[in-house]
Amino acid sequence: MSQPAPVRELSYAEAIREATAICLQRDPRTFIIGLGVPDPKGIFGTTADLAKEFGADRALDAPLSENALTGMVIGAALNGLRPILTHQRVDFALLSLEQIVNQAAKWYYMFDGRGGTVPIVIRMVIGRGWGQGPQHAQSLSSWFAHIPGLKVVAPASPADAKGMFIASVEDDNPVIFLEHRWLHNMRGPVPEGYHRAPLEKCLVVRKGADVTVVANSHMVIEALRAADFAATRAGIDVEVVDVRCLNPLDYPTIAASVARTRRLLVADDDARHCGFAAEIIARVCESGQSLLAPPARATHPDCPSPSSAALAAAFYPTARELYATIAKLVGRGAELAEQFPPRPCPVDVPHLEFPGPF
Amino acid sequence: MANLAMPLPSVLPPAAEPLDTDLLWRLYLEMLRIRVIERRIAERYGEKEMRCPVHLSIGQEAVAVGVCAHLRREDKAMSAHRSHGHYLAKGGDLYAMLCELYGRKEGCCGGRGGSMHLMDQAAGFWGAVPIVGSTLPIALGLALADKRLGRKLTTVAFLGEGATEEGVFTETLNLACVLRVPMLFVCENNGFSVYTPLDPRRAPDWDFGAYVRSHGSNYLAADGNDLEAVYRLTAQAMERLRADPTRPCVLEFATWRYYEHCGPGQDDHLGYREEEQIKHWAERDPLALARAQLSTRDPAKAKESEACERRYIAEVDAVIEKVRATPRPDPATLERGVFAP
Repeated sequence: MSQPAPVRELSYAEAIREATAICLQRDPRTFIIGLGVPDPKGIFGTTADLAKEFGADRALDAPLSENALTGMVIGAALNGLRPILTHQRVDFALLSLEQIVNQAAKWYYMFDGRGGTVPIVIRMVIGRGWGQGPQHAQSLSSWFAHIPGLKVVAPASPADAKGMFIASVEDDNPVIFLEHRWLHNMRGPVPEGYHRAPLEKCLVVRKGADVTVVANSHMVIEALRAADFAATRAGIDVEVVDVRCLNPLDYPTIAASVARTRRLLVADDDARHCGFAAEIIARVCESGQSLLAPPARATHPDCPSPSSAALAAAFYPTARELYATIAKLVGRGAELAEQFPPRPCPVDVPHLEFPGPF
Repeated sequence: MANLAMPLPSVLPPAAEPLDTDLLWRLYLEMLRIRVIERRIAERYGEKEMRCPVHLSIGQEAVAVGVCAHLRREDKAMSAHRSHGHYLAKGGDLYAMLCELYGRKEGCCGGRGGSMHLMDQAAGFWGAVPIVGSTLPIALGLALADKRLGRKLTTVAFLGEGATEEGVFTETLNLACVLRVPMLFVCENNGFSVYTPLDPRRAPDWDFGAYVRSHGSNYLAADGNDLEAVYRLTAQAMERLRADPTRPCVLEFATWRYYEHCGPGQDDHLGYREEEQIKHWAERDPLALARAQLSTRDPAKAKESEACERRYIAEVDAVIEKVRATPRPDPATLERGVFAP
């Protein structure tokens, strides 16, 4: 992965906005459409002023017609355009599952290539916290990753948000682009100008010898917190693998890491049953890789995501829980879990400045 | 919605002059060819070599032919499960279609789709899928791209009346009006969704034309078994698209399928369609109507038609024999093409 020298910091949302502008600038066939794209809040800032900059026919508002909008961008893509469709929550995108699953995902395969390719990007925001509740705080990433033909990406850093967004728009396949709401305000170095990050590679974001933590999206942040604590307080050396793309999966990078550490924890912001974490563990077990401890997973429990902060606190896996599991896998340091620093803000917000209301 | 025992009230102005005989003959022959092809599919289905569901459009040929007569090869059409007629009328390749039904490698989908997934982009047929209503927004997307890329092309989405009950129909119609995309929706109303008649699906005062117009679209309707009516109504729709390219147009044609919903047989012995309706539509076979019209003008046409029918039968049988001799897809290719390179 080419990494031009980072020169400035952007938030994850600003990085997506910048990537979108670059795509619109570089390719007149690109347009972005979705409810609220040109509105004053601009999808958490990710589409702010795009309509002013590129015109109302490049950054389009839309009726609440998720299924037809999806079919329309499929048809437009088949016929030479490169559309980006946005949903303010993954939960709304469920209204378009027919088009996503039956048509976008299968078109290239089921017409044996003669029907053309479907170069579309469908942005979906994964929610969490501030009482979003059962229908605004799902992840469902495993669902999408289960469907052959969909690329499912979940960048965890502002640099990846930009680089993977541009790569997604330039990809000839339908790409489900999952953005965790708690990442939008996170800041980090982002290369300027045109910057592509490969879609289908896992990234070892922290090297370590004792335990492999495989994570995606916001769980990468939690995993890194746990790893920091493990290193400084317990002398446990954690390797964190960021699964930037859930499908197709770069399994070799995960396998190589587990072969070194022989301990595995999968942290997945999604339901447990039939989930992505189960898939990773199954692959490792099937491979015959010998492990020093039974593999573990940190996921949502198998219930809907509740609204009240009191319930939500028990719902989402946290860095502290990850650390406790890491200590268990390694067989030492469990007693330090109680000293894990509390989050600097309440459990239902990503940071103290988070204003709500969504 | 009009009583299906009667043709829909035509909004056509009185014909200034009758359709040119040569044109009528050419369109009739297209209908005849489609009829023969589908009849041969039905007749040979029992051999169990076409191992996929088939939804025959026998009886509905006039809509396919009368509409597609106004399209150039590069204009686009999409359809749904009952799409053989649309595919063929748009100029789709017969060999590739039959290869697909026979599960052969050289099928129009390489054997991956079957009868319900036809595709021939070279002929402007951009695909059919069996999820009712699903190609409507995709067709809108095709038309949107042509509009944005400055191509003066027409896109037609064929649908059955059942598709108008899907939310995606309304979503698509509204989007087409909001985005000012000129396209044609061609609704074949054969009165049944599988075995379910209109009664349980629509309130008695359902007014489809008013519903469509209220979104800002044009709406025209005619008897879909009258080839000339279909041809002339579509001409009028095309004229409206040219005159006001910001407005889509919905055409509705009353018609009737003579065969079962899915499969090679006829199923009126099941008693789900009323005798009166069956009789009405039996007397309105689009081929018989057109043939009678042609014979009035030129008595020699009846004999000529028989000769053409024999020729088409020979053509289809020759293609089928060619298809049967071709290889099936290689299982080694099973997982190829899940993703585009």
